[in-house]
Amino acid sequence: MKVCDLVDKLDLKVFCGQQGINRLVDGAYVSDLLSDVMGNVDENNVWITLQTHKNIVAIASLKEVAAIILVKGHEPEQAALEQSNTEGIPILGTKLETFEIAGRLYALLNES
Amino acid sequence: MEFIYEVEGGNFIKAGNASSAVKKTLKQLNVDPKIVKRTVVALYEAEVNIVAHAYRGSITVNINARSIRIILDDDGPGIPDIELAMRQGYSTASPKVREMGFGAGMGLPNIKKNVDELNMSSIVNKGTKVEMITYL
Ligand SMILES: Nc1ncnc2c1ncn2[C@@H]1O[C@H](COP(=O)(O)OP(=O)(O)OP(=O)(O)O)[C@@H](O)[C@H]1O
Ligand SMILES: [Mg+2]
Repeated sequence: MKVCDLVDKLDLKVFCGQQGINRLVDGAYVSDLLSDVMGNVDENNVWITLQTHKNIVAIASLKEVAAIILVKGHEPEQAALEQSNTEGIPILGTKLETFEIAGRLYALLNES
Repeated sequence: MEFIYEVEGGNFIKAGNASSAVKKTLKQLNVDPKIVKRTVVALYEAEVNIVAHAYRGSITVNINARSIRIILDDDGPGIPDIELAMRQGYSTASPKVREMGFGAGMGLPNIKKNVDELNMSSIVNKGTKVEMITYL
């Protein structure tokens, strides 16, 4: 599955990092604690969070995360947006809460 | 080979820049991707600790055929009890830093897990020195 497939199937908004839209996705990690993500997210995972500042892109880039999904209508801060475009790591958005989007993503990744 | 980076305390916009530069260098040197990943996790945590807890610091990276040796040396409040600081969940991070999602008290345990050798020393009201070594 690719990031663009998730965008289609989960009706996600693409805020930035469009160049990374064809990145492969093979799992996901949910956490708002940055050191937890640093220690546990795997490369090619999608990271679901409500953090919106620039450091999420730094972490995503260091860990080679496929994309970031912001929940509950959160939007990336300007510096995060710019960094996402530089790194080519998409920041996506959903109105749904973490539980719901994680559940849908889980189902989607397991059917493929 | 030696590389030196400066880190500004409190500047979260630049947090991770040194780690990112070191990652690029290690990749260019064709270091085993597994080792690159572990080193990046440890270095990022130590870099952010300077940003979150100290005033300023430097990062010195030494790479040779046998090892990657990184020394982070900061001016800051120091750590009164290193053993306590090493415990998962222990954090003195400010509310502002916690709001950003830092301050879970997982950084030092992450470092420990991802390097072969970790040596820390600290003088209260002066600063902290972290040495991490990974064998190639
Ligand atoms: N360079 C430093 N200078 C002063 N104190 C430090 C330094 N590094 C760590 N500490 C102290 O050790 C504690 C634990 O550090 P650790 O990295 O494990 O957690 P944290 O930084 O508080 O949270 P997290 O890393 O999960 O975001 C810190 O809260 C702080 O009290
Ligand atoms: Mg820390």
